[in-house]
Amino acid sequence: MKKYCCSFFVLLLFVFSAFGQSMRTVYSGAEVIPIVGSPINDGWVLVQNGKIIDVGGDASNKVWTADTRIIDVKGKVIMPGLVDSHSHIGEVSGADSSGPIQPEIRTLDSINPRAASIQRAQAGGITTANIMPGSGHLDSGQTLYIKLRDDANTIDDLLIFDKDNNYMGGIKFANGTNSLRGSGGFPGTRAKSAALVREKFIKAQEYKAKIENAKGDASKMPARDLAMETLVEVLDGKRVIHHHTHRHDDILTVLRLKKEFGFRLVLQHVSEAWKVADEIAAAKVPASIIMIDSPGGKLETTDIKWENGSALEKAGALVGFHTDDYITDSRLFLRSAGFGVRSGMSRNKALYGMTMANAIMLDMQDRVGSLEKGKDADFIILSGDPLSVYTTVEQTFVDGKKVFDRADPKDYLVAVGGYGAGNDRLIHIDCFDGDIAGGNH
Amino acid sequence: MKNLIINSKNLSFIFAVLLTANCLLVTVSAQVAIKGETVYTMAGKPIKNGVVLTAGGKITNVGPASTVSIPSGFKVIEAKVVTPGLIDAHTVIGLAGYLNQPHDQMQVERSSPMQPDLRAIDAYNAREELISWVRSLGVTTIHTGHAPLALISGQTMIAKTVGDSVDEATLVPTAMIATTIGNAARGAGSKAPGTTAKQAAMLRQMLIKAQNYGKKKEFSRDLKLEMMKKIIDREIPLLVTAHRSRDIMTAIRIAKEFNIKIVLDGVSDAHLLTKEIKESGFPVILHATMMRAGGDSESASMESAAKLKRAGIPVAIQSGYEGYVPKTRVVLFEAAVTVAYGMSFEDALATITIDAAKVIGLDKRIGSIEVGKDADIAMYDGDPFEYSTHCTGTMINGMVVSTVVR
Repeated sequence: MKKYCCSFFVLLLFVFSAFGQSMRTVYSGAEVIPIVGSPINDGWVLVQNGKIIDVGGDASNKVWTADTRIIDVKGKVIMPGLVDSHSHIGEVSGADSSGPIQPEIRTLDSINPRAASIQRAQAGGITTANIMPGSGHLDSGQTLYIKLRDDANTIDDLLIFDKDNNYMGGIKFANGTNSLRGSGGFPGTRAKSAALVREKFIKAQEYKAKIENAKGDASKMPARDLAMETLVEVLDGKRVIHHHTHRHDDILTVLRLKKEFGFRLVLQHVSEAWKVADEIAAAKVPASIIMIDSPGGKLETTDIKWENGSALEKAGALVGFHTDDYITDSRLFLRSAGFGVRSGMSRNKALYGMTMANAIMLDMQDRVGSLEKGKDADFIILSGDPLSVYTTVEQTFVDGKKVFDRADPKDYLVAVGGYGAGNDRLIHIDCFDGDIAGGNH
Repeated sequence: MKNLIINSKNLSFIFAVLLTANCLLVTVSAQVAIKGETVYTMAGKPIKNGVVLTAGGKITNVGPASTVSIPSGFKVIEAKVVTPGLIDAHTVIGLAGYLNQPHDQMQVERSSPMQPDLRAIDAYNAREELISWVRSLGVTTIHTGHAPLALISGQTMIAKTVGDSVDEATLVPTAMIATTIGNAARGAGSKAPGTTAKQAAMLRQMLIKAQNYGKKKEFSRDLKLEMMKKIIDREIPLLVTAHRSRDIMTAIRIAKEFNIKIVLDGVSDAHLLTKEIKESGFPVILHATMMRAGGDSESASMESAAKLKRAGIPVAIQSGYEGYVPKTRVVLFEAAVTVAYGMSFEDALATITIDAAKVIGLDKRIGSIEVGKDADIAMYDGDPFEYSTHCTGTMINGMVVSTVVR
C-alpha cells in the first residue's frame, strides 16, 4: 500500500513538474538586468521548457495569451543566475599526497550532491559553479561544471553536457607556495614547480604524437594512460586550465607556460593582478578574482587589492569573480560586485563579472550568464539593487525551476542560518519505504 | 660640499622629521571642525548638517550647524556621513599578524591549557598591518588579546588603533581573561581537557584555588592565581567564548556558582537561548555575522544580532579570530550585514560603537559623539554600511590618522 501511495505521488509530482516546466510563465514588472543589453524598467522575462523565450519592457501594458502564467514581480530586480568560476562546495576532494601532478583525478567522483553547501550557494543566487579540487598540488585534478539543480539524488543530476554529450569541466593547476612541500616528489622551489609541469606537458605532447601517428591503427596506439589522456585534452583546448596563482611573478610564469604549450587558460585568484594587469590583458587571458575583507593570511596575498577588478577592467582584460567557498560565503557572493564598484569598477563590468564573464570562462556563454532569447532559464529575483548590502536573494531558478525561495521556511533556514542549517538536504518526498532522510554530516 | 648634497635617503629622513613634528603639533593642539551632512552621534537622534568640534583630543561641541559655529583657527573637514570611531569588541589583531607565519602568530601558547598570566601587552605589535587596515575602515578602538583557542589562553587588552608602541596604544592593559569552552579548547591527543565537561571541571578548580589565594598570612606570589583572583573579586570579567548552547549554559552556571562577572562571547546558539541569556544579565559579544558556520558554530544565524537586540540583551559585534584568509574581518562590514537580517540601521551601528563601548566598559570615554569624550571619529562618503561607500577619514584623539579613501 505504502509503495502504491509512493508511486502515485511520484507520478503526480512528475505530472506537476512537467506541467510547470512546459507552461509559459512570465515574470513581469521587475527591473530586468539582462547583462547583455541595458537594464529594463518595468521589464518581463518569459520562460518555457527551461529556456528563456524572450525578454522585454513595458510590462504594464503587455497583453499575454491565456495560456501564460503571469507572476507579478513589481518592485523586484531580475538578473541572470550567478556563475561562480571557482568554488569548493559539495564537500569536494581531489588529488591525494602521493604526487604533485594528478590529472587523472576527477572531482566528479567526490562530490556529495546533497551537501548543505550546495543549498547555501542556491540561496546566494548561484546557478552554475565550477567545482574545484584544492590547491596543494601543481595539478590537483579535473574540475566539474555543475548546474545547481534541486533535489539531486546523484551527481549525474547536476552535470552539464557539451554538444558532444561529454560532461563539462576544466582542470585545476596551481603555482606558488601551496604546492611547495619539498618532499614526496613535490617541488621545493618555484623554478622546480615550473620544470615539473613542463616535463609533464612534454610527455603529453609525445603521447599525443603517438596517437596521431597511429592513424587509428589500434596496434600502434600507446597504452592507455588516464593522466596523459587528460593532458592531451588540455593540449587540444578541450579542457581549460583553471590556474591558482597569486604573486605577480607566478602569474607571469603561468602566461609563459601558456605560450610554450598553447593551452587554454583562466587565471584564478590573481591576488597581484593589479601589478601585471597589462600583461594579463595582452595575453588575452581571463582572470577570475576574489574579494577578501583584509589582506594577508598567507605570504602570497599580503599585496592583494580590491582594485584588482578595476585594474583589469582598465587594462581591457576579461574579469570575473569567484567565492572560493568556503573562503567566502556563497550566500553573500553579490558582495564581490559591490566591492568591485567600491574600488573603481564600472557597475556594468562588476555585474558582468558575476555572470557573463564567468560563463565565458566556463565555455558556457551560449547557455548561461545573461537573460537572452534561447538561453537557459537561470535567473534570480532580488529584493532590490544587486550592489546593495540591504538586498537579499528572494528566489533562484535553474532551467526554469525554482530551486530557492526565501519564503519557504526550509530555504529560509539555509539562507540565514540557525539550528539544523548545516544538515544535508532531506529528500522532499516522505512516503517512501525505509530511511531516506539525509543524515547530519 | 659633500655634506650639502641631499640624497633621497636624507630627503625621506627630513620628511619623516617634518611629518612627526606635524603629527605632534596636531596631537597637542589640533582644533578641528568636522562638518557632516548626517552626524550619527549615537547619543540621541542623528543630526542633519551637523558640526563636531574637537580640541585637545576631545570633543568640545556637537550640534546642528545652525547652533554650533566654527571658531576661527579650526581646520574644517567635510564628510557626507560622520559616526563615532568604530569599536571592535573582540579581535586578536596585534597579537595575530597578517603574514600568518609562526613569528607573527602570538595569539595562543599551547604548552598549558590555562595561562591567565599571559599578558596581551607583552605580545601586542602596534605597527601590525592589520591594525592600520581596520583603522582605514573607521575602527579606532580594539579589544584584542589571546585567542579563543585554549581553556584559558591569556589576557586581553584594549587599545586605540594608533601609536608606534604598545604603551602609546593601550587604553586598558588587562581588560578580561580569555576563556573558551568548546571544541577549539580541547587538548591534542590525550592531553587535558579532552572534553567540555573536563573544561568545566578544570575551570571550576582554578576558580576555587583563586578563591583561597592570598588568604594565608604567608604565601608566595602565583601570577596565574593573582589574575584569577581579579575575576573572583569582580575587578575584571571573564571573557567566555562558547558557541554551542550547552557550553553557553555551562558558562552561565559557573558564573553563578562563583558570583563572577562574565562576558558571553561568540555564542552561535544565542538565538536559541535569548530567555536564558537575558535572565543571566550578562552582555554578549556576538560572533562576526559572516563567520563560517561549522563545527561548534554550525547553527550560527545571521539573525542573531536582531534576536538578541529584540530580547533586550546588550550586544556588540566582533570581528573574531580568523586562522587563514581573511586574516581579520572588519566590524563595519559585519554590522552592515545584520541590517539585511533584521537589525535597524542605528541598532546595527550601535553594536560597533556605543553598545560595544558599554560591553568593554569604556562608554564614559568612547563610543559616541558627546562633549568630553575622546575625539574618535569615522567619516564616509555615503551610507557607511553600503558596499560602494568609502571610509574617507578616521580621527583618533583629535588627530586625523587615516585619509585613505577605502
